[in-house]
This record gives sequence, structure tokens and C-alpha cells, in this order.
Amino acid sequence: MAHFNFENELNSILRMDGPLSRGPGMRKPKTDCNQSVNSSLNSSTTAKTPMKNLNRSLGPGKTPSKTPKSGGKPKTPGKAPKTPNAGDRFIPNRGATQFDLGHFKIMNNTTDNKDDELLSPSQKEYQRVMAENLNGTDVMENKIISYKQKAPAAPDGHQSNLRVLYSACKNPSSAMKKTLRVIPQVPERILDAPDILDDYYLNLLDWSCNNLLAVCLGGSVYLWNAASGEINQLLQMENQDDYIGAVSWVKEGNYLAVGTSNGDVQLWDTAVSKRLRNMTGHASRVGSLSWNSYILSSGSRSGAIHHHDVRVPQHHVGTLMGHTQEVCGLKWSPDGKFLASGGNDNLLNIWSNQFDASADTAPLYSFTQHQAAVKAVAWCPWQPSIVASGGGTADRHIRFWNCNTGLCVQSVDTKSQVCSILWSKEHRELISSHGFALNQLSIWKYPQLTKVAELTGHTARVLHMAMSPDGQTVVSAGADETLRLWKCFAQDEQKKKVQKSVGKEKSSLSLSSIR
Amino acid sequence: MKYVLSNLNINFISAFGINSILYQRGVYPPESFTRTQKYGLSLFVTSDDELNKYLNAVISQVKEWLYSMTVKKLVVVIKDVDSNEVLERWQFDVENDKTISKENGPKEKSEKQINSEIASVIRQITASITFLPLLEGPCSFDVLVYTDKDIDVPESWGENGPCLIENSEEVRLRSFSTTIHKVDAMVAFKKT
Repeated sequence: MAHFNFENELNSILRMDGPLSRGPGMRKPKTDCNQSVNSSLNSSTTAKTPMKNLNRSLGPGKTPSKTPKSGGKPKTPGKAPKTPNAGDRFIPNRGATQFDLGHFKIMNNTTDNKDDELLSPSQKEYQRVMAENLNGTDVMENKIISYKQKAPAAPDGHQSNLRVLYSACKNPSSAMKKTLRVIPQVPERILDAPDILDDYYLNLLDWSCNNLLAVCLGGSVYLWNAASGEINQLLQMENQDDYIGAVSWVKEGNYLAVGTSNGDVQLWDTAVSKRLRNMTGHASRVGSLSWNSYILSSGSRSGAIHHHDVRVPQHHVGTLMGHTQEVCGLKWSPDGKFLASGGNDNLLNIWSNQFDASADTAPLYSFTQHQAAVKAVAWCPWQPSIVASGGGTADRHIRFWNCNTGLCVQSVDTKSQVCSILWSKEHRELISSHGFALNQLSIWKYPQLTKVAELTGHTARVLHMAMSPDGQTVVSAGADETLRLWKCFAQDEQKKKVQKSVGKEKSSLSLSSIR
Repeated sequence: MKYVLSNLNINFISAFGINSILYQRGVYPPESFTRTQKYGLSLFVTSDDELNKYLNAVISQVKEWLYSMTVKKLVVVIKDVDSNEVLERWQFDVENDKTISKENGPKEKSEKQINSEIASVIRQITASITFLPLLEGPCSFDVLVYTDKDIDVPESWGENGPCLIENSEEVRLRSFSTTIHKVDAMVAFKKT
């Protein structure tokens, strides 16, 4: 019985449909009914997911497929059979029911379409889009209005502050990249240095600010022009047995001081290859030299350090007697306040720049911690009172001293004889050269004292080092009679750019105030 | 009575909400804003004359509609000046409690409570600049008001499209309610 009841009901719906499609007057209650269903459907969806419906995208691909589904009208007949006025059970086993529903649907749609044709296509489209996007708030009852006059524009050239903030953050990432600097593991160039003396206590290499590298090979001094590759012999000792113990360029780069095995200190004008002075006074060979403007200090095998004023005839203006054995490391601090001297007596002495001719001047500090000869001495370029010193085979330590307090700041065991130390001007690093067993150059971070790199290649101990005037290249001279040029302190590309564009940056930064 | 309580809400939406958005998103230069204390927060309000004139004109009208409870949504749209593309859409859904009439008074809610709710919304606007994409070019803004259909549109106002963002991402902010209105805040922005 229930089936028949249901069928009857369906028929009555279909029959009702007939007159409705013909008479426009009768259609009104039906559309009202549809609308109410619509709104109820819509309101239920909004209650669940208001977010998605409120601001739906206008994607053209989506809309056509959705409109028939979201119409809501096809659902209405589906609901009708469910209403339980026809019996207590519903057995959905009849394909014919589905067919009728489909028929009903088609009929219904065609009638609606006829009605919609009254609207222009653009209006229809507008309604459809609005319905689609504003599902939830009944479109037809809403107005979206805005003030006709538009807001005044932001002043010309105004940029969002955040933009400045974000773009400003992009630049100073060089700190990270610094640590990632690639240090070439092979020398840039290898030069032959025949007959270079294998003597730990001498200083046979110096690089001038005019890019001339002075190298002592036995009894002669050669100048190698690093820019052109030209080689000139500056001098040759007359006596076959004499040799050069030390060379040092004056800061201006036009004069070269030369210490000889017979205790003379000579001054050479390299532009004309002519000897200007010969300053005597040392009892033994001169193995170390250092300039402090017009004062040339020389250290001798006798343990004496002489100050020579190169401007006056009586050049010998001071004597420092702090060492009992050969002075092999001698360096003035960059500000000219201190002189550091290292000797074969395992001492590192710090002297002040106040001296007189009498020999009883005492050192400011005398450090005794090294267990071997102190040859490697270097002053920190950015902290004028910090000096680094390295000990020989029995010691193998690099120690850092603060000359204002007289304390050992730090020390590191290098596990090898320390022959020479240089500080980088570009990076917060220093390089040390070593003897047995690896004959390597080590680059250290300061003050962390972590090893950045090891440069190997020399087959005998690396006795001397010098730095190019631009601070990027280090030349090392080994007992294997080679000079090797290492480009280990290459300047940061990014930093270079920053330096170039400093002017531009300043102007743009002044415009932007970062909150 | 009704007017006084509603005022809170209106002040928020109009003056401080819009101003906060304009300041935080850098639509106008920060120099043109002055600091004021409101809702226990320091807020930035524009001191630009022309902008103030514009905002006052908009706000006075919106106020009227809010009093008559015909406003459904208030939307601040940030557009790119050059391409006219909508980049951000700050939407404040206003739910009017129409059950209130002169006979049964508004629901009880202290002013302090309302203030703290508003303050939390403003804080969220401020915090949202951390996840919103950077506004690259110069931008302008527009205020859209969704009203009842039967409202009389003044001459200086015109109908507008919804200014939706294609392929947008939405973040719902806190809602707050006064005794008369309930406001849901939401920001939509272009997915990047």
C-alpha cells in the first residue's frame, strides 16, 4: 500500500507542475517555496563553514560547474518522498522513481530558464557571481556600497617601512659568509730561491708597500717586483763568506735596511740601487731589524739591540741589553709605543719607546714562559697592545700577550716549531708557519684560536713569511729553497661591493627610518 | 542609552581599526601618524588633513548606519595603486542584535569587558603584520559597507563590487561584541 501511496503523491506533484509552468500567476507560491528552501539550505551551510563561503574566489573555471549543483532546486523533490506522511517505511528499490525524479527535474529547470531569460545575460552573470560569492548573506537583500570619493593617495616616493626593513636585512649576511671563505689549498705561485740559508735565527724576507719583495739568498739581496714579475739584484756581499742576516723595508718603501753577518747595518735606496749608509756597532751578526719611523732597531747575535737614528751622523742612539743570546725576533708595535724582542734565551721582552743611549734600560716586561727560542713575533693590527709570539721546537706554543697589563692572554699548542707569525689585516685571523713534521702554514681565528686552514706544500721548514701590501697574499720561504705565494686572505667580494656603494647606501638609509 | 554603548563599537571600527590597519601595513608613511592612548593600548591615528577629511566623511555615514543597525559588514580593502589589484581585505562582520528594542534593554556587558575585547582585536591586527605578505608597491585603500537592501544610498556613495581576492588565504581574528553589535574580524590576503 505504501508504494501506491508514494506513487500517487509523486503523480500529484507532477500534475501540479503542469499548470504551474503555464500560468505565471500560479508560479509565485512555488518560487517562494523554493526560495525558502534555498535560504534554509544556505543558512545551514553558513552555520557550519562560514569562512569558506564568505569570500569565495571568482575563479572562472569553478563557477560553471558549481551553479547547477548549488541551485538547491534539484534537492526539493528528493525531500518530498522522505516526508513520512505516506507510511512508516520506504523501500528504495524502484528505478522508476529515480526516472520520474529526473523527469521532474528537467521540467522544472526548463520552466525556470524561461523565467531567467527575461534578464539580460550580464545581469544574470552578475547575480550568479554574487550568489556564488556571498552565499550565506542573502545577496538580493544586500548592498555593497562605498564612498564615491576615493581616499587620498600616499605621498610620492613613500615606501612601506617594512619593505625597507626586510631589504635591509638582506645585506649584512656577510658575517656568515666570512666563515665560508674558500682558502685555496695550493699556492698561487712558486718561485725558486736558490741558496737561501736554512737558519732559524735570520729574517730573510720582507715585502714593501711598493709591492717589491726583498729576498736574501746567501750573500745577495734580490728584489722581486710582484706586479711585473721583474727581478733585480740589489747587492752582493764582497766577501764570499759573508751573508745577509736580515732585511727590512722602511714604512714608505723607498729604503731597505740590510743586516749583515759582520755586524753592519746598511741602508739602501732601492730606486737607484745605491747604498746610502753603513752603520756599524754590533759585535756580531745582525739577524733582526725593525723600523719605527726614523728609528731603525737591530738585534744582534750578541744579544744587544741597537737603535739607529738614520737621519743623524751619530746614528747609534740607544742600546737595549735584555738578552743574553741572539736576538732573532724584533718588531715595533703599529702605534710605535712598544718594541717586542725575542731571543734564543727563550725570552720575550717588551720595551717602551722611551730610551737613552746608556745600556741600563730595563724592559717593561720580560716574559719567560716560552721554552725555546722566540723568533716569531707579530703585533695585532686591530688591538695595538696585543702581541703574538711563537716558540721553537721545544716550545711549539703561540702565546698572546697584553702589553698594557703584562699578562698572557691566550696560548695555543701548535705541535710544531713556530717559525713566523703574521696577522691578517682583512680578517680576524693570523697565519703561522711551522717546521717539522708537516712544514705547514696554519691559519687561526683570533680570539677563538680555532684552526681555519692548513696550507701544506713546503718540503722543509717554513722559515720566513711576508705579507703583500694589500694584505691578501702571503709569501712563505722554506728551507726547501722555494718561495710560495698563498692567496689566503682574499678580500670578501661582498665586502668590496659594500665599500664601493657606501655612498649610495648612506643616502637611502637616511631616508628610511626603521621603527 | 543605545547610542552611548554603540559608540564604543563605532569608534573602534571606524577610527581605530582603519587607522591601525593603515599604519601597520605602511599604506601611509608612519610620520603622518600620531600616538594616542585607547583601550589601554597606544594606537596610531593619522594626522594627515586630507586623509582625516576622507575618513570623517566615511565614518560619519557609517555611524549613522550602525545606529540604525543596517550595516552587515565593513570591509577595508587595500589595493595596489598601479594594477588596482586587491591585495588585502580586512573584513568586519557586524551582527546586529535585532531583538533589542526599547522595551527590553540591551544585554548586560560592562564597558571594561568590551574594551578588553576590542584591545585584543587591535593587538591581533598589529601581530598579523608578521604573517601578511609584504606590500611591495604603493597602495591605496577603500572602505566597503555591506548594508541592508532597502537603505537609501546617499548621493556621495555608490554601489561597488565585493573586491574579493582571487586565490586568497584567510585568517580569522578574534571577535568582540558590544551590547548591540557583535563584530567578527577577518583578514584575507593573496596567497604567495
